Amino acid sequence: MADRPVKQPKGYSVRTLPGFAVLALFTFFALYAPITILVAYSFNAGTSLAIWEGFSLRWYYQAAANEAVQDAAIRSLYLAFSAATIATIAATMAALATTRTRHFPGKTMIYALINQPLMVPEIVTAVALLIVFAAVKVWTGHTSMIYLIAAHTAFCVPFAYLPIRARLETMDTSLEAAAQDLYASPWMTFRRVTLPLMWPGIVAGLMLAFVISLDDVVITEFVKSAGQDTLPTYMLGQLRRVVTPEVNAISTVILVAGAILVTLFFRLTSRRG
Amino acid sequence: MDATTNTQDSTTDAIAVEVDHVSKIFRGEQEVRALDDVSVGIRKNEFFTLLGPSGCGKTTLLRLIAGFEPPTMGAIRLGGRDISRLPPNQRPVNTVFQNYALFPHMSVAQNIAFGLEMLGKPKAEVQKTVDEMLRLVRMEELKNRRTGEISGGQQQRVALARALAPHPEVLLLDEPLSALDLKLRKDMQIELKRLQSETGITFIFVTHDQEEALTMSDRIAVMSAGKILQVGPPRDIYERPAERFVANFIGESNFLDATLAGGKATLAAGGTFDVHVPEGVRDGKVSVLVRPEHATVHAGEAGEREIAGTVENVVYSGEATVVHLRLATGEAMKARLSNAPQGGEAAPETGSAAAVTIAPGAVTVLRD
Amino acid sequence: MSEMGATPYPPGELEREARAADTRRRWLLSLPALVIIIFAAAGPLLVMVVYSFLTPGDYGNVKWQFSLEGWTNTIVQRDIFDDTLIWADAHLSIFWRSLSLSLITTLLTLIFGVPTAWFIATQPPGKREFWLFLVTVPFWTNLLVRTIAIQELIRSEGVINLVLLKLGIIDAPLQMMFTDFAIGFGMTYVYLPLMVLPVYAAVDKLDFRLVEAAHDLYASRWTAFRRVILPLIKPGIIAGSILVFIPCLGAYVTPRVLGGGKNLMFGNLIELQFGQGRNWPLGAALSLMLMVAVMVALIWYVRVTSREQADGR
Repeated sequence: MADRPVKQPKGYSVRTLPGFAVLALFTFFALYAPITILVAYSFNAGTSLAIWEGFSLRWYYQAAANEAVQDAAIRSLYLAFSAATIATIAATMAALATTRTRHFPGKTMIYALINQPLMVPEIVTAVALLIVFAAVKVWTGHTSMIYLIAAHTAFCVPFAYLPIRARLETMDTSLEAAAQDLYASPWMTFRRVTLPLMWPGIVAGLMLAFVISLDDVVITEFVKSAGQDTLPTYMLGQLRRVVTPEVNAISTVILVAGAILVTLFFRLTSRRG
Repeated sequence: MDATTNTQDSTTDAIAVEVDHVSKIFRGEQEVRALDDVSVGIRKNEFFTLLGPSGCGKTTLLRLIAGFEPPTMGAIRLGGRDISRLPPNQRPVNTVFQNYALFPHMSVAQNIAFGLEMLGKPKAEVQKTVDEMLRLVRMEELKNRRTGEISGGQQQRVALARALAPHPEVLLLDEPLSALDLKLRKDMQIELKRLQSETGITFIFVTHDQEEALTMSDRIAVMSAGKILQVGPPRDIYERPAERFVANFIGESNFLDATLAGGKATLAAGGTFDVHVPEGVRDGKVSVLVRPEHATVHAGEAGEREIAGTVENVVYSGEATVVHLRLATGEAMKARLSNAPQGGEAAPETGSAAAVTIAPGAVTVLRD
Repeated sequence: MSEMGATPYPPGELEREARAADTRRRWLLSLPALVIIIFAAAGPLLVMVVYSFLTPGDYGNVKWQFSLEGWTNTIVQRDIFDDTLIWADAHLSIFWRSLSLSLITTLLTLIFGVPTAWFIATQPPGKREFWLFLVTVPFWTNLLVRTIAIQELIRSEGVINLVLLKLGIIDAPLQMMFTDFAIGFGMTYVYLPLMVLPVYAAVDKLDFRLVEAAHDLYASRWTAFRRVILPLIKPGIIAGSILVFIPCLGAYVTPRVLGGGKNLMFGNLIELQFGQGRNWPLGAALSLMLMVAVMVALIWYVRVTSREQADGR
């Protein structure tokens, strides 16, 4: 961080550029206004989206009572939980394998593969999965959630990998050397030293993967079998018909849940050192 | 294997660590020969120091003994047993790291207990040894603190206690004092020496600080560019350095031309001296070393057994005054005079003629 | 140490053993992640390459018969009357919409994103985290939900039309939904944080003494911005532009919700081949085209940034 310059007369700071602050504040307003309106209307008592008819929770009750919504919500959570957990375990192992080392044969390839899902547009992955899983479904006759879990796990891996890797790279390797020096086997070194120290990174990775899985529409839309709607694909389906304030209520719940997770994630990763 | 094997037998000459023709080559963008055919034997119960400038290979040698890296060539033996293939956790050797490497998620006591727990010692014994160690390094009060909450000097003592707790056969210390300020460093030097004699453990100590090495060691190995140049007790290293590098690295030096014949050296500038001749040096032209404090200067003409010169500069530095001279041969020479109280004999003045007297036994032939 | 103690291991053997063990361990650790990705991401992409060279089946899927039509159909089609090859105008206009809307969106996010990033980076250190957090939260919240929020805004009975009608500026609702405008507007809103974050990182690293030096050497505010600040934060601007451009090119949800059935983008055209259109080889070929376009943008980005780094910036 550069030293802060000596206080200068207001208009002359090299840090202010004309119009920038106004544009920035407008941007912040523009980022939050649509979300705020969406949330506000979810509490609207009336059926019309346009007219405010007073505060009410009726759309939340209606959404909660809707069996399709219940199913989709449970399925979303189950999917996100399974995929994020498996992805985080795999990403933790992969992060241990690919950090804090000089070059080893295959490192570039492993690295490229782990990040591959980030490099390809979601719609492309979705279509490719549709092609392959459709064939597998026909061939095995098996149509459980396994396909969705596999697909979600795959694109969650690079997201879980990011914070774990970042955490590992800031860790002092001499701590593990010290543990080994003090007679800890590789496994004990991992359990007693590496794991506790990288734990915040793992939790951050898990949360990120969870959020990413919860948010997904495109891949889920193409991979799901009949009756496997998640909350986002359910909402996407609803948008084809008339939009009801019920969708607003569901959106608000998703929004709040996401914001809470992101806040936690932010706290976890910024409180370092 | 039992890391707590006690080594209190009286065979002080027994070899604890044997480094046998060890080379270590790092292959990166360019090949670096960190250790070049190094052989040395470190005795039991000895305070052995690896001394050299940064990049000389001393830390690499330590890491090889600890088992963090395998040697490119050669072998390392501990108490006569080849340990080259053993991973670090199976070597009865503990390390005090340069940055201490204390576990930040554990308390002081938990750090010290770690090695004992890994060895599977019973709880009561662990407890007892930890208390003992805390007492040994005078940290009883802070046993429940996190390691981030204590000072650098205290961290240093915890690191020592942690490494000593399993009672290793050999303790490796990687520049452990370099992060401390001068005053604390002096205290810790004495503390370390005390710990070594109280525990009877072999210490291998790495430093680039010559004074630290001279103060603490039983023997010193001076290293440069991946090789050990000389091994010996501090006095030998200081007074009878075998090579110019060693002489230069430790203390102030005058290098003078001389002719060696039959155990006597005749300086080009005049005077013949009985000298110690290192192995492998033949009669003929040689370089010799004279420490500045082994020479005295007085104003006036040179007499018998004295060397004539001109005073070029006189530098007062508190406890001593250093006189820079130019000899008749054109060679530069320094003499370091202890300062007498004011009113005592004054050093000669700049520009005047002076005579240098070299103490008997102060001339050392160098191998170069 | 006698000669008899000479090295019991051939030179380099211990190192080779250690290196081999290390490599084996690292591969084993990577294995679960690799298996998952190969099975459910990278592998299917390869299968898709094969599918793009097959013949479309009658009811979706494919017949195992080699054909280049999947690829040729991406840009040309046979006239149904005289069987001559003509440009596939529908596809070309969709490509053009994708490209132009992506570029416009990138430009818009630049116009709003750079000042925002600048604003955050020049806040006092304590407040910076807060503003950064405000940008990050929408980024991680559900994309579909944010798109729905935009829909609420621009619908015929949406907030914008409501306000404009109340103010008497218009007397009939503006048709904004299901237009290119809606898609561009939505994508700008949705992808804006992707511009702000890398530009912020660049401004944060900017040494403001250099700007002072420029002023000291008689540069006006504008000249200092153009000649000193802009070149120094260029890597961040390039990174942000790529990060916005790539998802725009492959966008699916936003154009589907806001563009409706007529204003298709690349992603929606691909979907069509697996829905009513039912031409899987064409869909596979289109997907691969999109993937290659994105890869080219990524590679260009990597080369530019590595050159910048080589220049010492």
